[in-house]
Amino acid sequence: MAIPISYNIRNLRLRKGLTIMTALGIALTVTTAIFLMALLTGLQRAFVSSGDPLNVLVLRKGSEAELSGGFDAANFPTLKNLPGIAKDSHGEPMASGEWVVVIVLPRKDGTGEVNVTVRGMMPDGLELRPKVKLVSGRWFTPGQREVVVSQSINKRFSQANIGDSMQFGKGPWKVVGIFDAGGSAYESEIWGDVNQMASDFDRQGGFSSAYLRATDPVAAQALKNRVSDDQRLKLEGVLEPDYYAKQTSSGTPIKIIGWTVAIIMAIGSSFAAMNTMYAAVAYRSREIATLRVIGFSRPSILTSFVFESVLLSLLGAVVGIILMLPFNGMTTGTSNAVTFSEVVFSLRMTTQVLGAAIVFALIMGLFGGIAPAWQAARRDILSALRD
Amino acid sequence: MTLSSFIVKNAFRNKRRSMLTVLSIGFSLLLLTLMMTLWRTFYMDNGSAESSERLVVRHKVSLTFALPGYYREKIRAVPGVVGVVPVSWFGGLYKDDKPENFFAQFGTDPDEFFKVYRDITISPEEVKEWQRDRQGVIVDSTLAKKYKWKLGDRIVLKGTIYPVDLELNIRGIFTSQPDDQSVYFNTKYVEESVDFFKGKAGTFGILADNPQDVSKISVAVDDMFHNSPQPTKTESEKAFGLEFVAMLGNVKAFILSICSAVVFATLLVSANTMAMSIRERTREVAVLKTLGFTRATVLVLFVAEAATIALIGGMLGALGAAGLIHLAASKTSANFFPLSPVSAGTIALSMFVAAIVGFLSAVVPSYRASQTNIVEGLRHIG
Repeated sequence: MAIPISYNIRNLRLRKGLTIMTALGIALTVTTAIFLMALLTGLQRAFVSSGDPLNVLVLRKGSEAELSGGFDAANFPTLKNLPGIAKDSHGEPMASGEWVVVIVLPRKDGTGEVNVTVRGMMPDGLELRPKVKLVSGRWFTPGQREVVVSQSINKRFSQANIGDSMQFGKGPWKVVGIFDAGGSAYESEIWGDVNQMASDFDRQGGFSSAYLRATDPVAAQALKNRVSDDQRLKLEGVLEPDYYAKQTSSGTPIKIIGWTVAIIMAIGSSFAAMNTMYAAVAYRSREIATLRVIGFSRPSILTSFVFESVLLSLLGAVVGIILMLPFNGMTTGTSNAVTFSEVVFSLRMTTQVLGAAIVFALIMGLFGGIAPAWQAARRDILSALRD
Repeated sequence: MTLSSFIVKNAFRNKRRSMLTVLSIGFSLLLLTLMMTLWRTFYMDNGSAESSERLVVRHKVSLTFALPGYYREKIRAVPGVVGVVPVSWFGGLYKDDKPENFFAQFGTDPDEFFKVYRDITISPEEVKEWQRDRQGVIVDSTLAKKYKWKLGDRIVLKGTIYPVDLELNIRGIFTSQPDDQSVYFNTKYVEESVDFFKGKAGTFGILADNPQDVSKISVAVDDMFHNSPQPTKTESEKAFGLEFVAMLGNVKAFILSICSAVVFATLLVSANTMAMSIRERTREVAVLKTLGFTRATVLVLFVAEAATIALIGGMLGALGAAGLIHLAASKTSANFFPLSPVSAGTIALSMFVAAIVGFLSAVVPSYRASQTNIVEGLRHIG
């Protein structure tokens, strides 16, 4: 027969101080783990949600990123007339030649300078990114020294409100609008007219990349192959989602540090939980013996103590989750290993993250509980009763 | 029995509990030591003595813009400048595009390179060989070990930023402190193969006369190119390196929050143990007092006991961290941020934190124990 759960709950409540302190210790570990997992999830999402499966990104052959690309503008008409490209609102093939540069902007909170991506695009560039929405102001006008900034750029950098002038390239750029990129990698960019940008950075006559929008996913695949196979072009087509998926490697340093931290803390917390459970067993040795006398079997005592330890760690997990809740959605940035510019992302406590945190706590509870529970179950009844 | 041996005996009267506490504190402090070392690597290490005399000039807009090569001679004319060399990031692929096979590759001028980077150790014959061969490259000894490179080997770097694949002959293997895990080749090779890079340089490395001149030179260089189409940003090598750390995000806040979580968790664990062990000794405290020990002595006894346990944990943790970093460093994998070894100062700081944690965790329960009435205490059933 199993020992009722309420026995464990009452026991935990009886020795409040010990329970609370152990649970808090576990909670801190869980908090750290959630923080790191939420960070990685947010980063992952920033890259994964960036690509549109219909968009084909064209780069110079051998180049890994838009920033290190660069090809002759003369190739653009050839690209634009490839079959399988969707029509834009003017009935023209939807294609955008773009210039991507990285500039340095000071952070608003004074914590140093950050590399930010500036993207010059053709009017079609806006059309082929339908997921990006204008939040306030208007889009930039082609031929003008105007830029639109993402919401996070607006929040994190000074001089990035509508009506402000940003200083880069050869002079001031007027901020005319703010866009929402839905947590994608575009969330870290500033957009303007490609010709204006190219002349400001002395890069006329070329593009760092081009975007082509296919009519459907099958056409996108064909378009990609067509670009890569064309011997005259010496260009390479990549589906946009694949391009961004590759950049998730930017999270590697955080991942390595994060897991090291979480595992070391978890080992420390397991020992603490073990201590608490050993104490719980020691205090109750006569009680355990009584339970045995009444007829509870060794396995049920073992289960009961393991369960108590798990309960303790679950309490810790819940406290940890509550402690982390205020940080959900907090935005932060890290450097993108491919583009060298900052990628902005937010902490995301998804259900997977919470689930993983709970499992994490359960493992700590199990690890901390098994040895003491084993000891409790193995105690000799007579000597325990005499204690 | 002396008081100190009494304390030690008591600290380990319940061996399992003390061991678990020591282990728990030990792991937490191991993490704390690692984090402090990370902090020190990022923000406090000044590299070699010469690093404080060096500056890096880059394009003001960002690193991704090249500077005109003729800036070099102009910079050389600035008072206080001892040497200037181009240092241009190549960013090519070796073998494949796996991140673990990535290392830094720079184009430079072999003739003047060692006048600026004097802290790089290499034999003079190898330098001569490198200077003679336009396709020559010198490689860091750690990298050479990783890829089993020998002098005379040929390596190919596939260009990603520049449309050229460099075929380089290893002419020298150098060591440096701190480990720089890079390779250096003649920038002329890239300039001759890539039209748009002709007469350009990614950055310039400058060696100043003495550390006091560094800020003066940085202002002088930036002023000189202020109104040109390619303005510059000149800063000390350390500040330049810190920009990369800053790019990783708010690292300072990250490390600090982990450190505080760790310290707090340690405090909880230690306080838990002390509360348990003091409570079960209520009767003993009464006996001690009956024997004539003052309240103050009893308090000191308990606090010292907690501090002993915490200190042992702290020591194990700090030594564990030192061992771990040593182990990680000896593994020949190229990483971008080689950690400095754990310094004696960091270990001392960890131990200090451990002692404070022990002290704080014991204060409340010991105070309570020292204040209990003797008769009450003797009657206590634990």
